[in-house]
Amino acid sequence: MTTPPQSVSDPFRPSPPAPSVSASTRPFYWSVRRELFEYRSIYLAPLAIGGVVLLGFLVVLIHLPKNMQRAMTMEPMAHRHALAYPFEVAAALIMAAAFIISIFYSLDSLYGERRDRSILFWKSLPVSDFTTVLAKASIPLLALPVIAFVVTLLVETIMLLLSSAVVAASGFSVADYWNRLELYQTMWGLAYHLVTVHMLWYAPLYCWLFLISAWSRRTPFLWAVLPPFAVVIFEKIAFHTTYFLGFLNERFSGGNEAVGGGKGNMLDPDMHMTPGPFLLTPGLWLGLLFAAAVLWLAARLRRRRSPL
Amino acid sequence: MPCIEARGLRKAFGTTVALDGVDLRVEEGRILGLIGPNGAGKTTALNAILGLIPYDGQLRVLGRDPWVERERLMCDVSFIADVAVLPRWIRVSEVIDYVAGVHPRFDRMKAAGFLAKTTIKHSSRVRELSKGMVAQLHLALVMAIDARLLILDEPTLGLDILYRKQFYDSLLNDYYDRTRTIIVTTHQVEEIQHVITDLMFIDRGRIVFGCNMEDFESRYAEVTVKPDRLADARALKPMYERQLLGRSVLLYDRVDRQQLATLGEMRTPGIADLFVAVLGNAGGVTEAGSVQQQYEGATR
Repeated sequence: MTTPPQSVSDPFRPSPPAPSVSASTRPFYWSVRRELFEYRSIYLAPLAIGGVVLLGFLVVLIHLPKNMQRAMTMEPMAHRHALAYPFEVAAALIMAAAFIISIFYSLDSLYGERRDRSILFWKSLPVSDFTTVLAKASIPLLALPVIAFVVTLLVETIMLLLSSAVVAASGFSVADYWNRLELYQTMWGLAYHLVTVHMLWYAPLYCWLFLISAWSRRTPFLWAVLPPFAVVIFEKIAFHTTYFLGFLNERFSGGNEAVGGGKGNMLDPDMHMTPGPFLLTPGLWLGLLFAAAVLWLAARLRRRRSPL
Repeated sequence: MPCIEARGLRKAFGTTVALDGVDLRVEEGRILGLIGPNGAGKTTALNAILGLIPYDGQLRVLGRDPWVERERLMCDVSFIADVAVLPRWIRVSEVIDYVAGVHPRFDRMKAAGFLAKTTIKHSSRVRELSKGMVAQLHLALVMAIDARLLILDEPTLGLDILYRKQFYDSLLNDYYDRTRTIIVTTHQVEEIQHVITDLMFIDRGRIVFGCNMEDFESRYAEVTVKPDRLADARALKPMYERQLLGRSVLLYDRVDRQQLATLGEMRTPGIADLFVAVLGNAGGVTEAGSVQQQYEGATR
C-alpha cells in the first residue's frame, strides 16, 4: 500500500564497502565548512566593517556635490583622488580586517580544539590530520582574501549606486563621475594585492602561527612572538646588528617587488603591477617553502596531540 | 579475524609506564567491559586502539595498524571519549551535516530518528544542552554510524541515573546486533554487569583478569556465611573475605555450589566484589602468580 519505512534495517543487506577516503574531496570540503561554523567572524567581521564603511559614506555623500564641483576645476589626478578616496579607504579597511582575522584565526585554530577537548571528537571521524590542517590553512590563504574581495565588491557597488544617485540628482553627469573614479583600478589593485601579498607573501607568517598553535600548551600568542623577539635582542647584543629585524620588517611590510612606482600604497593609481620581478624574488619562494614545511610539521604535531 | 589483537603492547610517558606488555584478543560481536582503578592504563589502552597515540609492541584493530591508518580505521570504528568532547559552539543541525559530510557510513535518517525520541532541538547549540542531552546527542550520532567497533570511555560519567540507564538500554536495543563489537570502560561497574559479554580487569598497565560472563556466573559464588560455619567456610579456600553488617562474606572460585549452599546464603557476586578480591590479592608480590593463573585459566 505504501512504501516501506526507510529506517528498518535489512539484515540481508550486504555491508557497503569502505570507500577510499583520500579519493574523496568531501572531507576537505566539510572541514572548511566546519571552520566557518566555528569562526563565524571569518565572514561576519568583514561584513560588519563594510557596514561601518557604508555608514561613514553617508556623511561623504552630503559633501559629494561640493566635491564634484571642485573636481571639475582640478587636474585629473587630484580630482580622482578627492572622489575615489572613500572607495580606496573602504577596500583598505576591509582588507585590514581580513588580515587581523587571519592572524587570530591561525593562532587559535589548532590550539582551541585541544583546549576545549573537541579534538577527540574530530579525531573520532575519518578525516586525516593533513586534511584538517590543509582545510584550516585554506581559511587565511584562500577563503579570507576571497571574502575580503567579495565584500569589498558588494560595499563599493552600494557606494557607487548611492553616490551616482546623489551625483545625478545634483545635475552632474554620472558617466563623467564614473570616469573620474576609475573604480576598476581600485578593484583590480585590490585583487592583485590580495593574491601577491595576502596569499603568497604572508603564507609563511600564517603557517608559522599554525605551527605554534599546534605545538604550544598555553599562551600561543607569546610563543609566536617571543622567540623572534629573542633572536632580535640576541643579535643586537651579541653582534650589534639588526639583520633579523630587517628580515622581519621586510616580511611584514613586504611584497614590495610586486609593484613599481607609487608611494608604497597598493591602491595608489601611480603604481604599476610588476608580477615578473615579484615572482623572481627568492624571498617569495623561500617563504613558500618555509610555509609548506611548517604546515607539514603542524599536521605531524596534531597527530600526536591530546587535549590540554 | 579477531576485532582487536594486541601482543606485548607497551606505552610509557617519560618514566611512567602506562601499559606494561598487554596481551589482548577481542573477538567480533562481543561487549567487553574493561575495568580498572584510576591510572591503571584503561584510557591509554583505548587511545592506542584508536590510533591516538604511538605505542610499542604489536596491535591490530580490524586488521589495521591504528597509528598508521587512523583515518581509514575511523570508517569502521566509532568512539565516545567522554561526555564533554562535542564542541560547545556547534549546532545540532551543523554537527549532523558535518558527520554526514565526512563519514561514508553515517545514516542521517537514523540520527534524526534517535533525536526525535529526545527533547533535543535541531537549532540548539551544544552549550545550551544539559550534560545528559549532550550524551544523548553523541550517542545518536554514533549509533547512526554503521561501524564494526564502538569504544566507550566512561560514557556515562557525571550523568544522572535515568540518563545512565537509558544510555545502555538504547545501546543494547537500537545498536548492538551481535556482529558489532563494543568496548566500554566505566567506574559504575554494577550497571554494565548485565550488559557485557566479557570482562577484563586492568591494573598498573597489565591485564590482571579476564573471563566471559557465562564463566563468571558459573565459576564465582559469594556466600554470606552463618557464624557457626565460618571455620568450614574458610577451609574451602575462599579468594577473599570481607565483613558486611557484622557478617562474613566469602568469595569462592570454582567451588562446588551444593557444598557452598550449606554454609549460608549464596549468590553470584557483583563485578565490583570480584574486582576488589582480584586487585586486593594482587597487592602482594607472592599473590601475583596466582592472579596470573586465574587469568590464564579464564582465557584458556
